[in-house]
Parts: sequence; C-alpha cells; structure tokens
Amino acid sequence: MTVRRVGVYAAALLLSAWVLLPILLIALAAATPREDLYRWPRPLWPDRLSLETLAFFVRQESVLAALGNSLVVAALTIALAILLSAPAGYALARHRFRGREAVQLGILATKMFPATALAVPLAVAFLRWGLYDTLLGVALVHTALSVPFVTLIVASVFRGVPAELEEAAMSLGASRVGAFVRVTLPMALPGLAAAAIFTFILSWNEVFAATLLTVNHRTLPALLVHSVVAEGAPLHYRYAGGFFLVLPALVIIFLIRRYLLTLWGVTVR
Amino acid sequence: MADIRLEKLHKRFGRVVAVRDVSLEVADGEFVVLLGPSGCGKTTVLRTVAGLETPDHGRVWIGGRDVTRLPPGRRDIGMVFQSYALFPHMRVFDNVAFGLRMRGVPEAEQRRRVQEVAELLQIADLLDRYPAQLSGGQRQRVAVARALVVRPQVLLMDEPLSNLDALLRLHMRAELKRLHREVGSTTVYVTHDQVEAMSLGDRVAVLRDGQVVQFGTPPEIYDHPADRFVGSFLGNPPMNFLRATVDPDDGRLRVEDAKFQAPPAYAQALAERKGQGVLVGIRPEHVALEGGLLRGEVLVVELLGAQKLLTVRTGEHVLKVAVGSDRAVRPGDRVALDLPAAHLRLMDARTERALPRGGP
Repeated sequence: MTVRRVGVYAAALLLSAWVLLPILLIALAAATPREDLYRWPRPLWPDRLSLETLAFFVRQESVLAALGNSLVVAALTIALAILLSAPAGYALARHRFRGREAVQLGILATKMFPATALAVPLAVAFLRWGLYDTLLGVALVHTALSVPFVTLIVASVFRGVPAELEEAAMSLGASRVGAFVRVTLPMALPGLAAAAIFTFILSWNEVFAATLLTVNHRTLPALLVHSVVAEGAPLHYRYAGGFFLVLPALVIIFLIRRYLLTLWGVTVR
Repeated sequence: MADIRLEKLHKRFGRVVAVRDVSLEVADGEFVVLLGPSGCGKTTVLRTVAGLETPDHGRVWIGGRDVTRLPPGRRDIGMVFQSYALFPHMRVFDNVAFGLRMRGVPEAEQRRRVQEVAELLQIADLLDRYPAQLSGGQRQRVAVARALVVRPQVLLMDEPLSNLDALLRLHMRAELKRLHREVGSTTVYVTHDQVEAMSLGDRVAVLRDGQVVQFGTPPEIYDHPADRFVGSFLGNPPMNFLRATVDPDDGRLRVEDAKFQAPPAYAQALAERKGQGVLVGIRPEHVALEGGLLRGEVLVVELLGAQKLLTVRTGEHVLKVAVGSDRAVRPGDRVALDLPAAHLRLMDARTERALPRGGP
C-alpha cells in the first residue's frame, strides 16, 4: 500500500468517525439505563443496556402526537413537492424553451434567502391566512424548502430516460401522455422514489420553521427543541429524542444511498 | 401500403434552417434512401414524416391523406431509431406487442402477430428476454419487428445500421433488403453511408444543406451526378475532378497540356462555352493508365483486395485511379493518362453543376 493510499484511507476514516461517532454515542446513551447515565465517572461503554429510556420516551403522549404530526407533515410535503417538481423537472429535462437557463438558476437562487430572514414575515402571513399552528402550514414551508432540490433531482432523473423512448412509443400509437405513463414513468420511478425519500428526510429533520410556526401542533424535532430549550428536559430524555430523530434518516439513507449517488450524476457500479 | 408526398417542407431550428423547401414523392412500396453528410437535414425530413417534428410550412401526405398536423401515433407509420429505442423495462415480447396494444388488438391476435413477425426476423426464441440481455444485432431485429408488427403503411428508418460493427452491418443490410422484398412496405431510410444507400435504395435522394440535390436511381446518381458534391459524396474513392478549357477551334477539352475528345452528348453545351473553363469529372475506375497524353507520376499504390488504388500526380491535379490488382505498378512510375470520352462528366466551372446533356 502506498503512502498516498494510506493517506486517503486515514482521511476517510477520520471523516467517517466525525459523522458516526456522535451517532454511536447518542445511540449508546439512549440505550443506557437512567441511573447509569448520571453516574460519575461514566464508562465509555455502558455495563448494561436497556430499552427503559426509549420506552419511557415513546410512552409520552406528546411524543406520540408529535411523531404523528411529523409523519403527516412529511407525507403532505412529499405529495406537494412531487406534484410541483415533477412537471417542472420534466420540462427542464425535455424541452428547450426561452428562459430555461434563467428558470434553472432562479430555482437555485431561492436557496439564497436565509430562512431566518423570512421567519417573521412568514409567521405574520400565516397568522393572517389562518395557517399558523397547522400541519398544512408547516408542510407548505417544507415544500418550499424542498422544491428546488427535488426539481433538480427529478430533472436529472428524467434526463436519464432517453427522449427517443417516448418518441418510439408515440410512433407506435401512444399519445404524449400515454408515452409518459407507459415508458418514462416506470423507468423514472426508482429515481422519483429516491426524491420522495429525500423530501421525507428534509421534512423530518426540519426544526426552524416547525418550531416557529407551531404552538400546539409540533412536529417531533420542534417538540424536542421546545422541551430541551424551553423546559430543560433531563439528559436521558434528550438522548432518547436525539436517537429517535436520527434513526429514520439513517435507515433510509442506508437503503437509498445507491440511488442518491446516481442522482448526483455519479454512477457507481 | 401507401405513397408519400412531401410538399415544400421547411423547418428551422432557431436561426438554423434544417430543411429548405424539400419536395419529394415516394411511390407505394418503394424503398427510398435519404443520403447526405451529417447536418444535411435528412433526419429532420424523416422525423417530419413521422410527425416527431412539425414543419414551419409545407405538407406531408401519406396514402393521399394530409397528415401534416397529425400526431405520430395517428399516421400509421413504423419507425426504427438509430439507438433502437427499445423499452428497457419490458421484455422483447412486450416491446414488439406495444404497438398492437396501443391499437387495441385482442390478446390472442397480439400473440399470433408477434409470433409471426418474430419468425420473420428470427427472434422467436428471444421473446422472454429483456433488451439488456440482447446483442446489438438482436436489438436491431427487435426494433425492426416492433415497427413492422403493426403493419404500418410506411416504414421509417433512421440510420438503423450505424451502431453495428462492420461485419454485422453487411449482414443486416442484406437482411433488410430481403425483408423489404417480403413485406413490400413503403420505406424511407436515412443514412450517411453511400454504400448502404446504393445497395438498398430503389431511389436515392442526396441532400445537402437542407435541400435535395439529386433524386434518382443508384446508377443514375453514380453515373450522372447532378453536381460536384454528389460526385464526390458517392463512390469510394470519389470522382476525380479536373479543370479544363474548351478549345475554341475544335471544341475539344484541354486539360493541362493534353487535349481530350469531349462526349458528344455535351456538344450543344460546349458550343456555348468555347474558350471557357469547364470542370471534368471522371470515376477512378475509368481513368486509363496509358495511351493518353496527360503525363503524371504514381505517388502511392494501395492494394485493396480486388483492385489497386493509385494516387497519380499530374502537372496541376492529383487523381485517384483504380486498376486491377494484378497490374504491376510501383510508386515513381511515369504514366500517360487517358480520359475516355464516354466516361467524362462535364460541369460548369463556377456553379459546379452538371452541364445539360442532349441526345444520347
């Protein structure tokens, strides 16, 4: 093994540790019994593992409600984001039209507005429209956050399906819509699913808007932030909450990592 | 089956004119090849016939029906794409049956017709596979089968052989010819390969810069190119072109310091050009190595199997000459070229278009 390779592996190891170590520590802490958690000095590896803390966390009514809220918001966000992004992505991928570049740039430019700057006007507007403290309101914000990414992802997914396939279908008697439904859609489905899951993670992890725009209908991250920051929740509660937030994202990324790589234009074989 | 009529087709992409007032008639059952270099507009013409492009103006008639505004699916065509465009997520059977399903053909009839066309194209044992599991030649066959199974009035092919290796291309070329004889559908075939065009076409339309330069049978186009471009585009090696002047006294052609008899068919055209320049075209296989007055030196000798290809330099020109492979010639040999009158093709020196021929 050359020095260069050793260097590369060392860097990769360091990077992985930087990402994975906190996750591991959270998971361990979440699986440590409550009294062990407060012992000093605390062993790096707990003597015994238990699901007691996690069970306590899940059994809380507010947590269950927040979990449900998170799922509803995520589902709404996915539906809205795909509904908006898929046609836009298809147009960007298939058609050359005046202002195409500008649209593409504009989509990215929306990411330049810091959410903090928009927060107060957004809250005011939502209050006025009766969207404040509703799940739909949170989903709308999450949709706005994810549409730029999802549009670009979906465009690259559709670009991956040759236009000639649609033309072939049309030459054989299919209408434009029929060709899309029978040929392009089935081939784009894995990519679209990946885009949906990406949206899910984005919505699941979003704290800022969810905290700001809700009072009684909090999503899981908003609830955790609130209980930790405002109410000073105990240590074991924090670890259990952190673990619950990380888990779905981790599992899902693990399942779709191959797709995500292809989405960004890299094909791994 | 049906005839095709194109009426002054015109198509622009932005500022580029891809097709410039192209009019063309293809008879029922005829095999017509659109031939030209890349960017000449041949594919755009084909796609306009298919309905994948809408012309800026002009009309497309198929079987006496104006289809200019009809979508591809309602024109009763079958199309074979350069990339084959097989649906990767469907088995070969479903690929071939696609057009039948779109037309609402009943299940049993579908199976029968897919089987029939699969046998015609010798892909009957591949019906359960996915396109990714096929070789290039097999994909090609599936693409043709998929287009033929709907029994289209018109079969359109866009460079269908260009993704195959040389040997397979030769084989499929003969296959396509057989197929056309058996099926007899009106076919428009796009290629940039002049050999393919000559071998397959009943008639060949040579395109350049979005215009049809010449439309005729392969022998017509080969023997009597309409202009210098056609002469150099068809034939390998291409036609030789030499600058000549028409002798004011005897009407013969002066090339460098040699004089040659002009073909009698051009007598009238030459009479108007006494003392002026003309362009003389001659195919490499018609140049005689001796017995003439045009002196030259053999620069290169290439053995190409059945013949030897010589590069000969005269005073002002460089010519390609094809001779039998048994002929003993070596680089550096001095030759006296003869240009037989029967094989000379005369063109205007400025426009480079063929001079009018009268009589025989």
